[in-house]
Amino acid sequence: MTLALQQDGTATRKAKRSNLSSARLRAAWLFLAPMMIALAAVAGWPLLRTIWLGFTDANLTDLSQSQFIGFENYLSYYDGEAYGVLVDAEWWNAVWNTLWFSVISVGLETLFGLLIALILNAEFKGRGLVRAAVLIPWAIPTIVSAKMWGWMLHDQFGVINEILLGVGILSEPVAWTADPSTAMWAVIMVDVWKTTPFMALLTLAALQMLPGDIYEAARVDGINPIRVFFKVTLPLIRPAIIVAVIFRSLDALRVFDLIYVLTSSSTSTMSMSVYARQQLVDFQEVGYGSAAATLLFIVIALLTTITVVAGGLKSGEGEQS
Amino acid sequence: MNRQMKSILFYTLVVVVVIFSVFPFYYAIVTSFRSGQELFNPSVFPTSFTTGNYFSIFKEQPFGLNILNSVIVATSVVILSLIIAVTASYALARIHFRGRGLLLMTILSVSMFPQVAILSGMYELIRSMGLYNSLPGLIIPNTVLTLPFTVWVLTTFMKELPKELEEAAVVDGASPLTIVRRIFLPLMWPAMVTTGLLAFIGAWNEFLFALTFTLSNEVRTVPVAIALMSGATEYELPWGNIMAASVLVTVPIVVLVLVFQRKIVAGLTAGAVKG
Repeated sequence: MTLALQQDGTATRKAKRSNLSSARLRAAWLFLAPMMIALAAVAGWPLLRTIWLGFTDANLTDLSQSQFIGFENYLSYYDGEAYGVLVDAEWWNAVWNTLWFSVISVGLETLFGLLIALILNAEFKGRGLVRAAVLIPWAIPTIVSAKMWGWMLHDQFGVINEILLGVGILSEPVAWTADPSTAMWAVIMVDVWKTTPFMALLTLAALQMLPGDIYEAARVDGINPIRVFFKVTLPLIRPAIIVAVIFRSLDALRVFDLIYVLTSSSTSTMSMSVYARQQLVDFQEVGYGSAAATLLFIVIALLTTITVVAGGLKSGEGEQS
Repeated sequence: MNRQMKSILFYTLVVVVVIFSVFPFYYAIVTSFRSGQELFNPSVFPTSFTTGNYFSIFKEQPFGLNILNSVIVATSVVILSLIIAVTASYALARIHFRGRGLLLMTILSVSMFPQVAILSGMYELIRSMGLYNSLPGLIIPNTVLTLPFTVWVLTTFMKELPKELEEAAVVDGASPLTIVRRIFLPLMWPAMVTTGLLAFIGAWNEFLFALTFTLSNEVRTVPVAIALMSGATEYELPWGNIMAASVLVTVPIVVLVLVFQRKIVAGLTAGAVKG
């Protein structure tokens, strides 16, 4: 089709076209330049430096005095004993904590998000008010929500203990954020509280794009609504939910603020980001901390690449039409 | 199950959801008006109304300055990233060039960066520019943190505008900069407001850089100031002050979000679902 059209046009028109488009191409790169320079200088360069510092014995007191030590921060042997991030039990504990946190909280958020989206998709009185109320946790800064929940979960004066003791669920106060057996659940609960609105909104947007006539047909045929949900609704909104889950998972894997403020540096909740920062800043071991940060980067980069490539293939098909 | 039962069940669920969403913020407000011994009364209802905490956060520490810092940092980040992003997103959305898909994917990947991965490199950069413990030292990293997201959302919005808009202008020989200024900028205002708002909230809430690149209380932003508020001893956190400060900085954001509800939802969906 396009070929036929092009042959139709005269030579001058073609020349004008290509002139125009080459001017537009130049403009495109000119327009992109500020962004690319900014990203290269303030994101790309620090990333490369972090990776480099991971191969040195840099210390926070004087970064310029660092020496190249190869993979020693990652793995090294002294007198038959292994040292380095890769054999550090605390690092693997942080990896495990991060994965556990990500899987459970994103799973719960997806579930509750779907539930809230279904509620908001129904017609009822006061829907606008409910939607506004649901949006509030999302608007509250993470640090503030960590502090608010920290106070509510306080072992002596917290309102949660007060309520649970009052109704008889607890027989004695629990130190939610300090007790290793409950600390991670406290973190997960606050994260679920804070991020479910995001999931609910994205799911709701997908629900509202569904064609109404399918439901009309199902209703006329007298099919059980629960069956309609699993056979029609869920398959149709699945792509949107998957995208939301991917975004949230990548976000959850780098979790820092919430854990840092709610449970500080307790080992029972320490995430990969908290571990890396502790090494970098608190212990001043820039080399070692950079190695840990690089490992976290590799994990997330791999997951992102897989996602983007898988998603890119799909949207590439879409662009053909 | 009959109709009535169903609707009772439904409304119970709605009430539970609303209480769970709103209660923590409500309780923070209630606590912020309690001081002294009253603070240790864990009643869920407002039992006292003293405004002392709201005054003491400004007296005991430079919280006014912290708010000003946050406003300066977040506003600068929004302005800088919108300026850089609007031309970039025009190129990405409206001009076909080789490598565009790859560039878009790179931008999306950068927005997934774990912040901690650039922490030590950024620390070194900030130090070498002499910006450690200063506001520009927070504005620069935060702008770059926000930029990929801003570009991505604006590109999505710009792609949706009809093609005919610029065709006439292109044929008439208008330069791309004129096209952006005269045709797209006026149409992009709503999208820019949405994106700017989301970028503002992001910068207002940023914690890791603000915590690591500042040293003195006078240059700290609000989240760091709240996180580091301490009492006479390590075990005696000034909960009244913390809650007052939290409420004070959260109310404007909550109002903004509720006022711009629809725009924010549109921006979030443009950033995620269509990605």
